[in-house]
Amino acid sequence: MNLIKVLYAFLSVSGLGIVLGIGLAYASKIFTVKKNEKREKLENALPGLNCGACGYAGCSSYAEAIESGEETVLTKCAPGGSAVAEKLAEIMGEKIDVSMEKMVAQVHCRGGNEISKYQYEYSGIKDCNALYAMFDGDKVCNYGCLGLGSCIKVCPVDAISYDSEGLVWVDKEECIGCEKCVEVCPTGVMQMMPYSADYIVACNSKDKGSTVRKYCSVGCIGCKLCEKKSPEGGFKVENFLATIDYKFNGERRAAAEACPTHCIIKNEPHPKKK
Amino acid sequence: MTYVGIIITFVFINNFLLSQFLGLCPFIGVSKNMGPAIGMGFAVIFVMSLASLITWMIYAWILIPLGITYLQTITFILVIAGLVQLVEMAIQKTAPPLYKALGIYLPLITTNCAVLGIALIAVRSNYGAMESFVAGISAGGGFLLVLLLMASIREKLDTEWIPKVFKGEPIAFVTAGLMALAFMAFDKALLRNLIG
Repeated sequence: MNLIKVLYAFLSVSGLGIVLGIGLAYASKIFTVKKNEKREKLENALPGLNCGACGYAGCSSYAEAIESGEETVLTKCAPGGSAVAEKLAEIMGEKIDVSMEKMVAQVHCRGGNEISKYQYEYSGIKDCNALYAMFDGDKVCNYGCLGLGSCIKVCPVDAISYDSEGLVWVDKEECIGCEKCVEVCPTGVMQMMPYSADYIVACNSKDKGSTVRKYCSVGCIGCKLCEKKSPEGGFKVENFLATIDYKFNGERRAAAEACPTHCIIKNEPHPKKK
Repeated sequence: MTYVGIIITFVFINNFLLSQFLGLCPFIGVSKNMGPAIGMGFAVIFVMSLASLITWMIYAWILIPLGITYLQTITFILVIAGLVQLVEMAIQKTAPPLYKALGIYLPLITTNCAVLGIALIAVRSNYGAMESFVAGISAGGGFLLVLLLMASIREKLDTEWIPKVFKGEPIAFVTAGLMALAFMAFDKALLRNLIG
């Protein structure tokens, strides 16, 4: 008796499922919407990461905008770079200049727990923006990495992580250049740079050299030694902070080695924290 | 007269959004503008009325005779999911702008507890086929009514100065709370006074 009831239950639910399934299959034939062929091609050409770097909600809306003619700039896809832009141009039958350089994000700060001085002890929620709302962060330096990893959370491809020294570092091989971390970072220490760049100035402090020395041992003090070491160009010191002129393609090693605080470092993948 | 009672009950007294608090996701999500709110409201009316009718049929003609009423939840969910899929296809075909405006909230009707709620409530109240259908329509009507009220309030709020911390969803929740308070004025006494 009980077994029959189980059978009833099985048959009724599966029968209902079959009826509904057939009904839906039939309905989908009646209600088919013809998708635009060109739009579909554009969508397939895009990487499908839906990161939003192009300014649209996702890859499909960017494809739609291109297809309808609303959007004429085909190079907005940062993760795809020039390869995707070329494909898009091919589909649209246009010729574009695709000599754009892939941009990646990087943290311009190496001030860890032992190196930087702190003005107070923070024990609130682990969010950089929450921390920054209180006296511009717990470090004495108001320009550096706060280290709570809001960028790690926002990264769609897990390119950002803590390295073996416990500092936030971007793996430039993984980075797709969507600039989400740049947007979320309150101090502006996360900045975009060309993928091909070999060195970065790992400091964002615009304070005077003497001030920087007081609160951080790896900060840029604006001594202009890097400018002197590479007289052909490549470095520029403004507001007591050295920046790299990425258009200059020459050697930067001499300047990096000469830097008294060693804040000009190689932009290479760091071992991840275990 | 029972139909009038059912309509008043489900539109005002037991309003799904403001006194039973079912299906709050589209209530907050789609009530930013009038247009999508109307579309969503009618989609919910359609799904609710059909769902309550079909679930009644399944309950009365399949589950009760076979003595397997304990399967009501799972079968109802099955039917509702199928129905919503059908509605989604129909809207995509006939009204693409509405389909775009509703976005994610349309498939979310599938998992909308308001739709499952009306099916279960109708069964539990021992409603007949017609009564279930009317209950479904009026529950959907109540949903539409509240969605419209909310959308018009939120459209007006857009032009007002609101403290930064309250902007967006927070002020919407406060508004919803106040509206729920107002809807508490409708209770069973109203029904008794109206139709005895």
